[in-house]
Amino acid sequence: MSKMRYSRRAVLKGGAAAVAASALPAPMVWAQEIKDITLRQFGTGVSNLNDVANKVKEDLGFTLEMTALDSDSVTQRAATQPDSFDIADIEYWICKKVWPTGNLQAMDTSKIANYDKIVGIFRDGKLTPESTIAQGTAPHSVGFVDGPGGTSFATEETGWMTLIPTIYNADTLGIRPDLIGRPIETWAELLNPEFKGKASILDISSIGIMDMAMVCEAMGEIQYGDKGNMTREEIDKTMAIFTEAKKNGQFRAFWKTFDESVNLMASGEVVIQSMWSPAITAVKSRGIECVYQPLKEGYRSWGGGIGLSSSLSGMELDAAYEYINWYLSGWVGGYLMRQGYYSAVPETSKNFMTENEWGYWFEGKPATDVITSPTGDVLAQAGETRDGGSFYDRMGSVACWNAVMDENQYMVRKWNEFIAS
Amino acid sequence: MLKNRHIQGWLQASPLTLILIGFLILPIITIVVVSFWQATEFSIIPAFTLENYEFLFGSPVTYKVFFATFKYAAITWALTLLIGFTVAYYLAFHIQNQTTQIALFLLCTIPFWTSNIIRMISWIPFLGRNGIANSMLQSWGVIDQPLEWLLYSDFSVILAFVHLYTLFMVVPIFNTMTRIDHSLIEAARDNGASGFQTLIHVILPLTKPGIMIGTIFVLTLVMGDFITVRFMSGSQKANVGRLISNDISLLQYPSAAATAVILLITVLIVIGILLRFVDIRKEL
Repeated sequence: MSKMRYSRRAVLKGGAAAVAASALPAPMVWAQEIKDITLRQFGTGVSNLNDVANKVKEDLGFTLEMTALDSDSVTQRAATQPDSFDIADIEYWICKKVWPTGNLQAMDTSKIANYDKIVGIFRDGKLTPESTIAQGTAPHSVGFVDGPGGTSFATEETGWMTLIPTIYNADTLGIRPDLIGRPIETWAELLNPEFKGKASILDISSIGIMDMAMVCEAMGEIQYGDKGNMTREEIDKTMAIFTEAKKNGQFRAFWKTFDESVNLMASGEVVIQSMWSPAITAVKSRGIECVYQPLKEGYRSWGGGIGLSSSLSGMELDAAYEYINWYLSGWVGGYLMRQGYYSAVPETSKNFMTENEWGYWFEGKPATDVITSPTGDVLAQAGETRDGGSFYDRMGSVACWNAVMDENQYMVRKWNEFIAS
Repeated sequence: MLKNRHIQGWLQASPLTLILIGFLILPIITIVVVSFWQATEFSIIPAFTLENYEFLFGSPVTYKVFFATFKYAAITWALTLLIGFTVAYYLAFHIQNQTTQIALFLLCTIPFWTSNIIRMISWIPFLGRNGIANSMLQSWGVIDQPLEWLLYSDFSVILAFVHLYTLFMVVPIFNTMTRIDHSLIEAARDNGASGFQTLIHVILPLTKPGIMIGTIFVLTLVMGDFITVRFMSGSQKANVGRLISNDISLLQYPSAAATAVILLITVLIVIGILLRFVDIRKEL
């Protein structure tokens, strides 16, 4: 008998030890076999945290093996090696590429306890009923399929989800206000000759092209049909503008890794550049002023989620659902939100954050006390507010989602030329 | 039967042959084969196509990048030769005491006790806009504005190359110089040659094999490099190695293989030309 048994009654009957062990939102006592289960999860570094694996072992009893890879390798592996993983922690645009291969299975939303509390962005695409949907691969557009075996994406909520959203954020430009000395309001400033030799952009084609598009559109040079799915002509024009700027010495450097972006900013080599939220935090923690500048054109946003391998079945599948329910139950959300990301079910995360942390990270209120990261670094002092404000201010002004284009291969080659030119 | 010299010779040569076949010949054949394949985003399709080469030769960027590769190689070669020859000459002819000679030679290798990448990256804070070099020059009053070209430029790339690879020039040149018969130099002096004439007509021709070996080291290292160019130029400049590494990171293996094949052929041609000048085997 290897069927898993949950027994709430056993918890109620059990002694103090059992009660202590069940300090979970959904207390369940698992059959002994659960200890032998190992789920293999792989994904990009952002949410592949060892702390999560440790907590899973503690709360759920089974083992979660984490492998962190860069997004190109993640895509390749999800598409070509379905038996090498049980859980894929991928971004939505990767899902768009990988789903047609049939390597992932749809998830029954009726088994997901907090499904109704998942933020609207991932369900009908709207943060609030008035929101408009941004360009690019918006998560809800690849979030559902028609049924368990569906291979094409559904346009509305169907009860069968491709990925369970886990982590997302809105990206913008990072600036050094002390070295710029005036307000920055638009993406177009990246190519402003005032910052000649002091600007940077990231050398990761799929994201870099989006940042470029935000800039070109803000400059009024190009009107895109869809920044997330450009035509060859649009790609050519965009690259031409940036190649010209590169030749004129606009850029100090390009960065490819998180550390590089931190060093460029902290050393003052660069005063304005595309950046990721934790990198801003890293610069600030060195005591250097750095702002994740909200811009009038809006944010470039990204979102990730976990998908289940199609080879997952039986008790492992049950364990995977258990893991997903645990993921959305708040602890991970709180952990991620205290780093500046957002959780798919913010209200459960609230229970795992102090009022001060919740106010600072989610509501955009001034901190009432020192804000620290989950690892203990001081991120903000009392009185400071988060750049960009509240959750609704930030996620409400998303202009474009990370995406994969139909002309991806062409774009990649053009990107390679841009770097080499 | 093992007494048979013929068989013994083959047996003695076989370990190296097997290693070379397994780790050199087969991989190169694979690269050549893959360079004619097609690729999509996830898969490599083993179908013959010339597309990779067409794209490579059809793009003006390729020519620019090959030119940049040669430029880096040539300038680095000239500088490492100049420095390497001078250092080796000093060690071989000015230091009479052999112990001192060896001690000084070992001193040259000390930087090699740390990793290549660390030695390279340590230039970055030194050369930066607010780095040590700029703040020193400013405090001396030599310059008013920080020099921008110190970092993330061709200058910094070549500086790092010279720093990393000069020893590859010093070692073979020093090695050949120590083997020069000192009586030849005395004979030159007895016949009335000036120091400079001795250098040009006696020492230089005799150190040619060492120079050639050092040249081959430096040229192949610089032409095959990608990481130095990436870090020291802040990803702004490119050589052929970077073109290949970019392709690989974007999973464009066939295109990377095609570039690698062309680079291999280019380097082989360069070395072929070099070997025309000096018969290394005879000179050694």
